[in-house]
Amino acid sequence: MINRRYLRAALPFLSLAIVLAATFYVQPRTMSYFGLNLMLQYAIPIALATIAQMFIITVNDLDLSIGPFVGLVGCISATLLLNDPLLGILALLACIAAYGLVGALIHIRNLPSIVVTLGLSFVWLGIAVLILPSPGGKAPMWLKAIMSYQTPWVPLPIIAAILIGGIVHVALMTSSFGVIGRGAGGNPKALQRAGWSMLKTKVAMFTIAGFFGVLAGLSLLGLTTSADAHVADRYTLYSIAGVILGGGEFIGGRVSPMGSVVGALTLALAGAFLIFLKISPDWQIGAQGAILIIVLAMRALITGGEARR
Amino acid sequence: MTLEAIRLDGVEKSFGAVRALAGVDLVVSAGECLGLVGHNGAGKSTLMHVLTGTLSPDKGSLAVGGVTVSGEWSAAASQRAGIRCVFQELSLCPNLSVAENARIMHSPLRGFGWKKRASDLIRAKLDEIFPGHGIDPDDEIADLPIGKRQMAEIARAFTVMSDPLRLVILDEPTSSLDAVTAEQLLAYIGKETAKGTAVILISHLLGEILSASNRIVVMKDGKSVAERPADGFDRMSLVAAMGSEGHGSSSHSTSIVSSTGTSPVLVKAHPDASKTGPELVVRKGEVIGLAGLAGHGQTRTLLQIFSRDHASVEAPMSFIAGDRQSDGIFNLWSIARNVTIRSLKSFTRFGLIDPDAEARLAEEWKSRMAIRTPDMDNNILTLSGGNQQKALFARALASDATVILMDDPMRGVDIGTKLEVYDMIRTEAANGRSFIWYTTEFDELAYCDRVYVFRNGKISDEINAGSISEERILQASFAESAA
Repeated sequence: MINRRYLRAALPFLSLAIVLAATFYVQPRTMSYFGLNLMLQYAIPIALATIAQMFIITVNDLDLSIGPFVGLVGCISATLLLNDPLLGILALLACIAAYGLVGALIHIRNLPSIVVTLGLSFVWLGIAVLILPSPGGKAPMWLKAIMSYQTPWVPLPIIAAILIGGIVHVALMTSSFGVIGRGAGGNPKALQRAGWSMLKTKVAMFTIAGFFGVLAGLSLLGLTTSADAHVADRYTLYSIAGVILGGGEFIGGRVSPMGSVVGALTLALAGAFLIFLKISPDWQIGAQGAILIIVLAMRALITGGEARR
Repeated sequence: MTLEAIRLDGVEKSFGAVRALAGVDLVVSAGECLGLVGHNGAGKSTLMHVLTGTLSPDKGSLAVGGVTVSGEWSAAASQRAGIRCVFQELSLCPNLSVAENARIMHSPLRGFGWKKRASDLIRAKLDEIFPGHGIDPDDEIADLPIGKRQMAEIARAFTVMSDPLRLVILDEPTSSLDAVTAEQLLAYIGKETAKGTAVILISHLLGEILSASNRIVVMKDGKSVAERPADGFDRMSLVAAMGSEGHGSSSHSTSIVSSTGTSPVLVKAHPDASKTGPELVVRKGEVIGLAGLAGHGQTRTLLQIFSRDHASVEAPMSFIAGDRQSDGIFNLWSIARNVTIRSLKSFTRFGLIDPDAEARLAEEWKSRMAIRTPDMDNNILTLSGGNQQKALFARALASDATVILMDDPMRGVDIGTKLEVYDMIRTEAANGRSFIWYTTEFDELAYCDRVYVFRNGKISDEINAGSISEERILQASFAESAA
């Protein structure tokens, strides 16, 4: 039984290794500092959005608005933050606070998060289009500098992934407050009986998710250098897929920060791999879906074997 | 030493029309083990929820350690006052480890090295209560068998950090423990009370109650009806106290003439998987009652019969759910749709529903069940709870089912509706329908031809109409000790 648990935890890493090996096989030139950097740079915003989604999934909710939210953050940063840093920072803080409020609303009114966030995705998109009606704007210099920084030996995306995964792992999986967050997903009733406030817990988790959503938007803008309200629409599905690929479950507070980051890397890499295979971009989403199904099927096999014992 | 740990004065709590607590006075002294017994609906669990702060009483006062609680009473306040509870349905987070679950109970467990302190705390307590427990604090709860989960939760309740431990409430703590660990727990209760902690022990094992507690309170209908030192009770007098005096010779079931002894058998089922216990048999035209304490396998048996799993059923069936909101009604549909859903086949032509036939059927059952609504096309939620339940009965009775399974369907239904439905059941049974009726109310058993009493998932007694009495059902519901 323990073996199976390890096997399950290793599955996301195994998937990444397989996709990476396949990419190296198809295009050996990617096996270099420059190649890896190019292939994985967009994994940073995806990983951050995935972490945001993971905090929401931890408390048994789902965020269908993270993609447009990332787009909105990009639009704010390429205009407000660039022209008036103070106002820009305030606007971004308001975005984070909005996430906390959404968490409170979902908890107090006992609303399905899917409906609330689906509605909000249009709100974010609308605000983004109001701020930046057509693609444009400019990333602040410091943001571009950070995202194009050439780290010695190991490419930045890999260092960033390890850093993001490691910090969130410590915060959520080993800290005493992370336990409360995960407990809220595992058995909310037990948490309340022990005297904890579900409202506070949910608001905290949603606020953290908003924070990582903002980081995702900033890092994406640093890479694209100009903003577009629709640039991150696919991130909603990417982030959910990343969490699930990484070994998380939709309910029960079972998530893995390291796994989620690795899941996001796998998805980003899969995109590059499919390009090398000369698969038309029209098929890419489908092919990524196929990868997701294969990994989930393997997990189901492992878990199924566990249940039979 | 007569320091009081907790005192309740005239505590009342109602849920709608149901009075769960009807003025409870209860004192638990420090260092005392109080046994609490009572049948279904006696108010034990409501009382516990009041003590632990998850429910606030409508009336009455609560004093902790001799000081009346004046501010807000909440789960956090109860926790600070040193009141802990091990609930019957376990309240551990399955996705967390044993140590992490200890952390959830104790807010001081934080900062650097909290995990080690939490592990040490829970391991020490497990070692103390259940020597040789074989639980690692790093084990995830979901990986532990149910017995070890219960051990972990019990040990967690007894751990002490900054808040003093004043009162521990144990609700059926031994239900998943084996004989050895149950014995360890009872011994530990003795040690813990000697240190001044108060314990409230709730159990259906009367032997356990009699041996472990100093004093026993018997609850019935939301009140404490008897209270004596434990040695003032024995099994017989406890059972007698749980029943009501007036009901002693209640045999108004004589109105049912049992002439079904030779009619064909429709259902045969073994409630327990091992098939060692007695079998449940239902004949045509019989009303069969399932009794016993809640959660001892009655609902599971109904579902087992309904899915024909280890059960032979010779007739079409219909199921009337007890939990209307989650298992019964389609709350976006009209009353008519809710009633006719089970009978769609009878008025479907070429795969399409005949709306006139549907409306006719709905109208017929509106008048037969006396569903109080101006229009059957209104949404089901426009009905009162009792009338919603009538609609669910209509759904079952309008169908071709000849065996009707009922899962405590009268929960929270007003008495007028109840009497109407009882009449209906009798009429339908006379017309050859059979009913299997799980009920938590004694009075309803009077309408049954035969009653099976459940205990620990098995049939512990089979009682025919003539000899149904509250006392006999209590006798069969409460065991002397774990089998």
